[in-house]
Amino acid sequence: MAKRVGMEVSISISEAVKLANVDVISAYPITPQTHIVEHLSEFVSDGELHSAFVPVESEHSAMSAALGASAVGARTFTATSSQGLALMHEIMYLAASMRLPVVMSVVNRALSSPINIWNDLSDIMAERDSGWIQVFAINGQEAYDLTLQAFKIAEDPRVLLPVAVNLDGFILSHVIEPIELFEQKEVDPFLPPYQPVLRLDPEKPVSMGAFGSPEVFIEVKKQVEEALIGSQKVVAEVWKDFGQRYGRVYKPVESYQTKGAETILITMGSITETAMMAIDALREKGRQVGLVHIRLWRPFPFKEFLQAIKGAKTVAVLDRALSPGGVGGPVGLEVKSALFGKEERPYVAEFVAGLGGRDLTVETFIEVLDKAEKYSQKQKDFQYELIGVREK
Amino acid sequence: MAKVEAMMPWKDVPLGGTILEPGNARKFKTGDWRSKIRPVTDKEKCIKCGMCWIFCPDMAYTHREDGYFDWNGDYCKGCGICAKECPKDAITMVAEEE
Amino acid sequence: MIADDLKDFKKFTPKTLPREEPFVSGHRACQGCGEVLALRQVAKAIGTPMIAVSATGCMEIISSPFPQTAWAVPWIHVAFENAAAVASGVESGLKILVDKGRIPRKEIKVVAFAGDGGTADIGLQALSGAMERGHNFVYVCLDNEAYMNTGIQRSSSTPYGAMTTTSPAGKVTPGQTTWKKNLPAIMAAHNIPYVATASPAYYLDLMNKAKKASLIKGPAYLHIYSSCPTGWRHGADLAITVSRLVVETNIFPLYEIEEGRYTVRKNNQPKPVVDYFKTQRRFAHMTPDMLQTIQERVDRDYQRLLQMEGLTNPAVVKEERKVAE
Repeated sequence: MAKRVGMEVSISISEAVKLANVDVISAYPITPQTHIVEHLSEFVSDGELHSAFVPVESEHSAMSAALGASAVGARTFTATSSQGLALMHEIMYLAASMRLPVVMSVVNRALSSPINIWNDLSDIMAERDSGWIQVFAINGQEAYDLTLQAFKIAEDPRVLLPVAVNLDGFILSHVIEPIELFEQKEVDPFLPPYQPVLRLDPEKPVSMGAFGSPEVFIEVKKQVEEALIGSQKVVAEVWKDFGQRYGRVYKPVESYQTKGAETILITMGSITETAMMAIDALREKGRQVGLVHIRLWRPFPFKEFLQAIKGAKTVAVLDRALSPGGVGGPVGLEVKSALFGKEERPYVAEFVAGLGGRDLTVETFIEVLDKAEKYSQKQKDFQYELIGVREK
Repeated sequence: MAKVEAMMPWKDVPLGGTILEPGNARKFKTGDWRSKIRPVTDKEKCIKCGMCWIFCPDMAYTHREDGYFDWNGDYCKGCGICAKECPKDAITMVAEEE
Repeated sequence: MIADDLKDFKKFTPKTLPREEPFVSGHRACQGCGEVLALRQVAKAIGTPMIAVSATGCMEIISSPFPQTAWAVPWIHVAFENAAAVASGVESGLKILVDKGRIPRKEIKVVAFAGDGGTADIGLQALSGAMERGHNFVYVCLDNEAYMNTGIQRSSSTPYGAMTTTSPAGKVTPGQTTWKKNLPAIMAAHNIPYVATASPAYYLDLMNKAKKASLIKGPAYLHIYSSCPTGWRHGADLAITVSRLVVETNIFPLYEIEEGRYTVRKNNQPKPVVDYFKTQRRFAHMTPDMLQTIQERVDRDYQRLLQMEGLTNPAVVKEERKVAE
């Protein structure tokens, strides 16, 4: 049976990848991702995991090698952060459009400059439109579970898209948490070996990555779009199956204390657990506040999200990435788009905070909720507010 | 022609724009790229050495049972390498009729 | 040891050339393209089962306009700079899937193709990484000495003096002002088991080298001279002529490096370099001074190559001397 152990979250991801019995791991070191692949290389080196460990010379090659391996039908994993993800950018789109179900841990970290190794979501948000399925873990158990689930989702013949499992750098990746670990025999029925629909096979030669003229380019992109939208159904099935087998239930968006909430805070990632403490503190004071966190970012679960915030007068979005010259951050933009055109819609207050690892405390969330309610009352017309910036 | 064949409904495009039929470029006849000039082999001079075959960028020559080589006008782009490289000058580039 | 890998290797002869064409007619290469001819010869020599990986470039574009492919073997193209990385993944994937019993245990040759831009410039890092890691595949650089696919821009493999659209022959600078990067030497410095240069004019030599490269376990690098009538401004029928002249003048000597041992195809009475330069309009602007500079450099480089052979492969040198006497 599953056992609960105290473990660094990065290490637990390696354990999940091991249980997935991956065939090929291509990896390049970058902080704060490195522990994941270090530990995997130890497994391979000790013979505990039978897979090819390809220590490539860059993240660009990590993703490229992953595509090559996936194209021959191998279950393939890589992990990266920040600049490394940015270097993969070009190949991210190809992974999705070539329908190669690579799984990657993205240990979220700020993009330079200034060079900064700490957490925010600017790395993955630059990959928002790459066609990858993107999920966010709020704690170690989720990071572990989502990693296992990612292979099943990615490789489903109805999906065949790569999956990025996001977890916050350091504040999640490097903390020790109690994690319930599976045994191999528990995982095998859930996650059988990858059965590719198409692969590079001399018995049945195909040409992958052909030149697409304007006559076919849109059709290929339409396929990706339909597969990505359609993947939500598969994600739900996989989560249901997972819940039935192991008792942990996952949903695309999760609500916390939203019953009767007039103001709802929107978060993603591990800051959610801190935000919950702020909600608890305010609830104790009688404030009608709640929290919704988005686990499935791509495809965006519009229906579930709108349902989750239904009835709120004010929505406070906390983004951890900035779209300079735009309307704040990507989550705020998505939320506003989701609401636009709805007859009854809450006031949306958009905040950007926590960039480059700036600490987000319970007080920060209280500040954000206070401001959101104040601005809502005045119906203040503003694009967004950058939290915590020193003016003098 | 390729352009027309590429115009298919999105659901019919093989996964990820993959091409499922190996070597189906054969359907695309590049012979009409020739500018009214084509190689002709003089069998009297030909020593069946195969230079025309191994030096053809378009695989327009194929082996025959009797050791000679067939020229395939469907693919020959008329570059003239075969005529240039024939060690016996057995190949000449001649004007094609309309 | 490559001796073991090559114990069953039989050289091709004009009569034993394979009929099979892993790369077929109907491709969209220009009339008289020397690069596609080089590609064809490599593919024939290596044969099936093969998985081909292409970098972005002429050969990728002309072989795969959806929904048609000139590849009769499994083929993948991902991007410009990563053919070696993709091939690394293909090779690693095949190996582990065979080990795990998920695909049949069969020797599948993995062959990566890229142009000189994709090799010497943008793909050099991925290539270096793959060679250093020791993946078992053949990397083929089809060197047409510029970015032809984008319209003849200079690369680090463009020879000194050559006119391209970004190294024009102007009033101040006479074409390319730098010397061709020595890729085979860089590959040799990786201590991989096999490095060779080849030219499609010497098709048996080329095909034998390609076959050897594919039989040797571990990384192998082929640097193949690939003429481009469009970019070099020469007649459509001259691909082989220039591919021969470049060797006869010692501008592009043919040699192989097996586990560090150089073997040079001897040409001790080279034609003057001018014989080569006058065949192509990309060199039309060159002055006698420039040609003299090039001649000296070519002579020097060839001598260096012989010295490397003498240093690394004395047995061959001794043997040749014996034959000469």
